[in-house]
Parts: sequence; C-alpha cells; structure tokens
Amino acid sequence: MKNFGGEVIFLDRADINTDEIIPARYLTEVKKEALKPYLLEDLEIPGFDPKGKKLERAKIVVSRKNFGCGSSREHAPWAFEVNDINIVIAESFARIFRQNMFNCGMMAIEMPKTDIDALFALAQKGDVLADVDFAAKKIVFKVAGEEVEFDFELTEFDAALVEAEGWVGYADSKY
Amino acid sequence: MPQNIADKIFAAHLKDQPFAGTNVLSLDVVMCHEITTPVAIADLEYRGMDRVFDPTKIKAVIDHVTPSKDTKTAIQSKILREWAHRHNIKDFFDIGSNGVCHAIFPEKGFIRPGYTVIMGDSHTCTHGAFGAFAAGVGTTDLEVGILKGVCAFRKPASIKVEIDGELGEGVFAKDVILTVIKELTVSGATDNVIEFVGSTVAAMTMEERMTLSNMAIEAGGTCGICLPDKVTLDYLWEFIAEDYNNDKDKALADFMKWHSDPDAEYTKVVKIDATKIEPVCTVGYKPDEVVALKEQAGAKIDQVYIGSCTNGRLSDLHAAAKILIGNKLAANVRGIVSPATPKIFDEAMNDGTMEIFRKAGFCVTNPTCGACLGMSNGVLAPGEICASTTNRNFNGRMGQGGMVHLMSPASAAASGVKGELCDPREYM
Ligand code: SF4
Repeated sequence: MKNFGGEVIFLDRADINTDEIIPARYLTEVKKEALKPYLLEDLEIPGFDPKGKKLERAKIVVSRKNFGCGSSREHAPWAFEVNDINIVIAESFARIFRQNMFNCGMMAIEMPKTDIDALFALAQKGDVLADVDFAAKKIVFKVAGEEVEFDFELTEFDAALVEAEGWVGYADSKY
Repeated sequence: MPQNIADKIFAAHLKDQPFAGTNVLSLDVVMCHEITTPVAIADLEYRGMDRVFDPTKIKAVIDHVTPSKDTKTAIQSKILREWAHRHNIKDFFDIGSNGVCHAIFPEKGFIRPGYTVIMGDSHTCTHGAFGAFAAGVGTTDLEVGILKGVCAFRKPASIKVEIDGELGEGVFAKDVILTVIKELTVSGATDNVIEFVGSTVAAMTMEERMTLSNMAIEAGGTCGICLPDKVTLDYLWEFIAEDYNNDKDKALADFMKWHSDPDAEYTKVVKIDATKIEPVCTVGYKPDEVVALKEQAGAKIDQVYIGSCTNGRLSDLHAAAKILIGNKLAANVRGIVSPATPKIFDEAMNDGTMEIFRKAGFCVTNPTCGACLGMSNGVLAPGEICASTTNRNFNGRMGQGGMVHLMSPASAAASGVKGELCDPREYM
C-alpha cells in the first residue's frame, strides 16, 4: 500500500478541474515523474502558490465540491502521486478522477459538507497534520495541540484497489 | 424490475460483480489516441504484459497533435503507431487518414446500439448518441481495457432530460446542450447517465445527437445516451445491412430492445422547452455559465475556432458557411476551421464550403483536435478571447491566460464577422 498521511494543504474552491491540476501543455510527457514541477500550475485561488513551500510539503489535499472535473487525464492523479500526495479529500469528486485515483492505489475520500467545513475551520488555526488509519477508516487531524478524528468510508472495491495498489494488478489476477 | 437503457446495457455485459455495487463489464470497443494511450502501452511493456485482448475491438487514432509539432509529440505518435502495427490493429488512423476520435470512429460505423465503449478521453460520452454506453476513462482503466476487455463501473443512475418542441431560427444542438448544462450545473449529472429523449431529440440527425451527447461530461455525466431509432439505423445502415440480411424492420426491432422501459427509474427528470431556447454562449471558466448571446453585444474577440468533436462535422461547417457567405472576418479576428475528419474535409471541399471559409478569411487546417486543447495550433496569447465551437472553457484550455466562449458554429461565424460576440440571427 502507498503511504498516506502528513501535512494537509487546503484548496478552497469548488470545481477544481484537471486542466488546473495539470495543464494540457504537459500531456506530451510519457513519464509520470516529468509532471512533478507542474502540479496545480494553472490554479488561481487567493493565497495559493503552486510553486510554494506549502504545496511542496503537502501529503494530503482537502478541497470542496466536484474536485477533478473535466478531462479524463490520469496525469492529474499522477501529478499528485509524484509529489507524494496520495489522498484528496473533498465534498464530492468527478467520476473519472475518483476512479483514476483508486486505479492508482490512491484515495479520493468523500466527506459530507459539514466535515469539510470543519476541516477548513481547522486550517485557520495553523499547519494541519493528519494520521491516516486505513484499516480503521479513520483520519486524525492535528493542529496547534488539538486533535480531531474523522471517519471515512470507501466502497469495498475502492478499498481492494488501494490494497492491491491499483487496478492493473487486481484485474490481471482476476480476469 | 423496469430498466432504463443503461441498466439494459449493463445487464447484457455484466462479467463480474466482485463486490456489491461494482460492475465489471465486458467491452465491445476500446478506443485509443496518442495522448493517453502511450503511458498505458509503456506500463504494459514494463509489466511484461504487452498484449491486447482482441485487435479487432481496438480502434486507434493519432488526432490531438497531428502532424506532430515537436519531438515529444512525435514520440507519442510513434509509440501508438508501432503498438498498433505490432498488435495488428487494423483500425488505426494515421496522418492522411486521421481525424478527431469522436468524429472518425462513429463515421466508420464502429459504434452500435447496446455497445459498451471506453476510451482514455472524457468526451467518449459522445458515442452514447448511438444508444451505446460509452464512457471516458483514465489511462489505467484503458490499460486494463486493452489487456482484458473489461472495465469496472459503479452502477450509474440515470437522469432523464426531456426536450420537446421545435428549435427556433439560429438555434442549434449546441445551444440545446449548453442550456441543459446550465440547468444541471457542472456536477449535476455526476455518477449518472443522461438519457436524452423528447420530440426535439427524435427530430435530430446523428450529427446533432453527437453534439448533444458530447457535452454530457460537462455536467459530470458518465455518458449521454440517445435512444436508437430510424435515424440511428439509417446512419449505420451501410455498415450493418448485412448483419440483418438487409431487413430494416428486423434491425429496428433489435434496436428497440434497448429502449428504456416506460416505468424505469430516474434520479430526476428535467424538462426543457426547446421553443424557448436561444442562441447562447458561455462566459467565465465553467461550461454551466451560459448566457444569451444577444446580451453579450460589444464583447470583442480575437479568434474564431470552428471544429472539434463537438462541432467539426459537415452540418456544423454548413451552418457556419451559411453565415459567412459573402462576408469577411472582422479585421480584429483570426479564423481557424478544422474539419473533424478527412471525409468531412473532402465533402466540404467538393460542395464549395471550404471556398466560403477561405473567402471569408479563414485558415483551414487538417482534421485534428487543434486549437481545442491548446496543445498544437491556434493557441491564444494571454488576454486573448476566442469564440469557439468546442466543449471546454476552462482557464487556460486554449492557451495560458486565454478566454474561450463556447457556442454553436453559426454563432461563432457571426461573431467572427462582427468582431464581437454576436447572436447569429443578426446575419440570417
Ligand atoms: S476535439 Fe477537443 S474535446 Fe474533442 S477529443 Fe479533441 S481535444 Fe478532446
């Protein structure tokens, strides 16, 4: 299984699309590693710097509704993966992006709006760290001496893909 | 239980349900292009699994950047080309015979009612116009599709969009779908199939239905399905007549079996009065930000792009040419037209359409995705604005800092002539 957990970066906008995650001009790369410097390059939200230290340190992304909408490019999860970000938590995801994440053995975790709002409130208090317990389906967020625990759900299939580190291995053994 | 068309296609292709709610479907067609497939090919090679499940069910095309613009894109094309040859994939379309994937594959008759289709491209939903379940997927799903001929889906719910009434002058399928997306919003159809029904859809040609289905993904939809009927049959007839012993009634009866049961369930039903739809365009960076073109008068543009898998077909070129005839692009505007396939290119040459574009001052390119995704030609400079017949207006889509207004070919042509966003009825 991949490594989950670490510092959290908050992207406070709905409908962040895959062109913003990794612009089409980089789709000429045939190696995932080559995408590393370009993650979120076209995302313009106040206070966010695609070249900043915050993104460099991040291991988890928290965002709003309909994350990953638009193009089917798996370059979007790969751009996260090569930057050591293996979890995106959002209120909802576009279908293809969500499937691509699990297909790579990464997690796209949906949480209700109230939880997402609570997470964004935590971000106001300082740098947020998270410990992920995959087996128990729990995440503990830590900020300024405070700890808050959230449960999350995965479908059985998505959990199996995370454990198998992706769909290719799973499908090849089964079909 | 009563079933809708997506349910029926799922039931007919169900190979496995490894877990409740996870449906592994067998695939009828796996389509590939040179942007998302090479990584899948490289991974299969790396894993020592460089195989394909059935070369006759795999279709491949070089369309996004063609002819190649630089070394990297030349390598992408080379990887796809060599793979297609190595695996004896006969339906492979390279320079000279290539066109935009979602235009050329249906034109070749590859998509049939009831089929399951995937491609590493979000606008694969286009093929739902034939009464197929066609879904865009990522590279890993594509890779497994190539290797095993299967793909896993959660069972999609369906949204019924009922469109009734005649379209007014200057109003096209593109205006209809933009109006639908405005109504549904960019995430309104996530994890749903959109089923397009009603008298307006029934009266549409296959080209118009493809425009409709093409943009289902812009509302988050997994696929946009139109029910297969006489129009579908006539379009496909040259490819399927033999299968049905030249018996059209038999074929139609076969198509009808996919139709949704009358009491099938839907997440919701959206009713659209087609007579009220106006020529529209998008503003901003999301395809659900849709406004009437007549309210946008005065907004200057720099470029017009007519083409793409949404609106690069012959009837689209005709609709634009009708406006352009005897007119010229405004001095401040560059025009680019990309017929979506070689067949469309030839037809537009032979019937005089291309001449109209040329006389109006357009640059005519080869069939390719071109300006649509800002990867090869027609890229905008920062601050520039394009009236475009494509399907995505995301920030930077056609070039960093550029703005794209989506609209119908007639509207794009009218805007080009006027030099600003323009209701096409001004030129009708
Ligand atoms: S024309 Fe545009 S939207 Fe269609 S397949 Fe090509 S790049 Fe994608």
